[in-house]
Amino acid sequence: MNRISITAVDIAKSFNYRTIFRDISFSLLSPSSLTITGKNGAGKSTLSKIIAGLISTTKGSCSYTLNKKNVDIEVFKRYIGFVSTYLNFYDEFTALENINILSRIRTMSRQNESRAEEILNLAGLRQRRDDPVGTFSSGMKQRLKYAFALLHNPAVLVLDEPTSSMDDEGIEFVRHIVRQQKKQGILILATNNRKEAGWCDKEVHLGMKKG
Amino acid sequence: MNSLKVLSIILITFTIFAGITVPMVPQPQSIFEFPDIPGLGETARIIFFHVPAAWVSVLGFLISLYFGFKYLRTKEYNYDIKSVSAAGLGMLFCVLAMVTGSLWAKFAWGSFWNWDPRETSIFILLLIYGAYFALRSALGSDEIRARLSAVYAILAGLTAPFFIFIMPRVIGGLHPGAEGDSSGSIPIAQLQMPLNMYVVFFTGLVGFTLLFIWLLNVRIRAVSVEYQLLIKDQ
Amino acid sequence: MNYLFAIWAIVAKDVRSELRLRYALNALLMFVVTSLAVIIIAFQDSELNPEILSALFWIVIFFTAMSGLSRIFVSEEERGTTLVLQLVASPSAVYFGKLIFNCGLTLLLSSAVTLLYVIIFPTFVIQSLTIFTCTVFLGSLGFASASTMIAAIIAKAQAKSTLYTVLAFPVLAPLLITVIYATALSIQGDIWSNSIPQFQIMIGYLCVVVGFSFLMFDYVWKD
Repeated sequence: MNRISITAVDIAKSFNYRTIFRDISFSLLSPSSLTITGKNGAGKSTLSKIIAGLISTTKGSCSYTLNKKNVDIEVFKRYIGFVSTYLNFYDEFTALENINILSRIRTMSRQNESRAEEILNLAGLRQRRDDPVGTFSSGMKQRLKYAFALLHNPAVLVLDEPTSSMDDEGIEFVRHIVRQQKKQGILILATNNRKEAGWCDKEVHLGMKKG
Repeated sequence: MNSLKVLSIILITFTIFAGITVPMVPQPQSIFEFPDIPGLGETARIIFFHVPAAWVSVLGFLISLYFGFKYLRTKEYNYDIKSVSAAGLGMLFCVLAMVTGSLWAKFAWGSFWNWDPRETSIFILLLIYGAYFALRSALGSDEIRARLSAVYAILAGLTAPFFIFIMPRVIGGLHPGAEGDSSGSIPIAQLQMPLNMYVVFFTGLVGFTLLFIWLLNVRIRAVSVEYQLLIKDQ
Repeated sequence: MNYLFAIWAIVAKDVRSELRLRYALNALLMFVVTSLAVIIIAFQDSELNPEILSALFWIVIFFTAMSGLSRIFVSEEERGTTLVLQLVASPSAVYFGKLIFNCGLTLLLSSAVTLLYVIIFPTFVIQSLTIFTCTVFLGSLGFASASTMIAAIIAKAQAKSTLYTVLAFPVLAPLLITVIYATALSIQGDIWSNSIPQFQIMIGYLCVVVGFSFLMFDYVWKD
């Protein structure tokens, strides 16, 4: 198993003259888990996007190591699976097509196409996999996001609002994934839900600082 | 800074005075007389003001580019403030150059605008400035606005030189110094300007440049203060 | 190798999407047809000389490009799929993939306009075919490269379509003038060596724009 670490040092993010959060630091070494908590608007989604390499920091940095060697985020992206309400798929393509096309862009070899079917089945989308994503409900889209995030067996899983739009079965599915990931790699969760927040070992709280 | 302001005032005053009052005669006898350039006559006086304005508008663009580039490297918002201030002033002087240029065109060659290469080039510069500000006003977030306008400015800055080099070769023009215009060529290009005109011309150039730096300095300070107030508000 | 595969996969995705939805193709086709219709009606009785034909040719291409080439990034942004693309691809792979797609689209567009011109205008007889084909080819690539970068820049802005043309014109102006001039030369049947300066400019333009975009795309694409 690869030893992965993610280290955040004094991360701060501002947007439109407003500071969203500052002085966020943590250190994670696989296997471990972290939950990001905070009120609405505290910046949980923003922080999870920063960790997933989608947004840059205003101050501070987030660094990644693989087997003790520093890795640039552009390379490290391959090891990250990301689920978020901000994610959208191509409505004109079917679920299977979306997975295949995106994994091809990620340049996984064609052998993974059978794995694509497998993962869609696992996510509970077997019956709808040949339907255009435009016809999906939000819960099914959420399942597709999980399929997409898990396809490449990521060492790091970043979940922003993990159970949003999920039915009971879906929530069980997420719990299962969370349990797996905690043992194998790094899990990062961003949530409002107290119960979900308890799934992880460490916590980072984003608060609105006064004065 | 103060010495710069004083020097700028002195130089520009000298330029205005000398540029307008020194008489133009066919055969200059002393340093207090300018030669009468065939085809241009008294209108040539505008050289002392038109060319510096055009020069300063290009300078403004280059300075804006420089600070835009620095912003992209360091992500420090102050650089963006400097970049947009320089662009604003550059655009102002671009308009001045176009106005003085078209006045000159009217009196020397009969019509206000002729699409000759240099006129078209300054017009394109105005379009670049316009596009720069249109882009900025269409972008919400401060960071995104700073980043994207810097990239656009650099792109425009890289493609514009093509324009300036293509045009005179492709199409002939009225503008002094364009291809196919052997007589009445801009006196500087052929070093036909006698020393006394040269002196006035260069003091104008330097004076306007210093003026630009002065205005830029004030503008940067003003925008910085606005910015500081905005951040304090949260 | 993986990198090239990623670029190809992005092109394939966009082609597939385009074939399924046909937004860009329809828009471009309609635009070409309507502009040519206007030209025909306006110039019914007049004799169109090479300079005018050449200018009209590229004006149609310019405005059609303005109506369709921004889709490549704007559609990703509007549908919210930018994030997913950022997760799977490196910025430069995205850039080259989109660039190749736009080049293909522009070449298609200019071929269509050429064909229609030959059919519609009897005076449009190209005497120097090599100059013409090289001009159209290089010109189309140049258009596509500048348009792609600017499309990426305006993708996050308001009032995208007007902004696109406002930003693109000053950047494309040198290319536009050069290709119009070269096309006029080709219609008149000029010799090859006279147009070499024009080709130098076209190639230089292409190199500068693509080189610049490759270096700067990260700043535009990554937040």
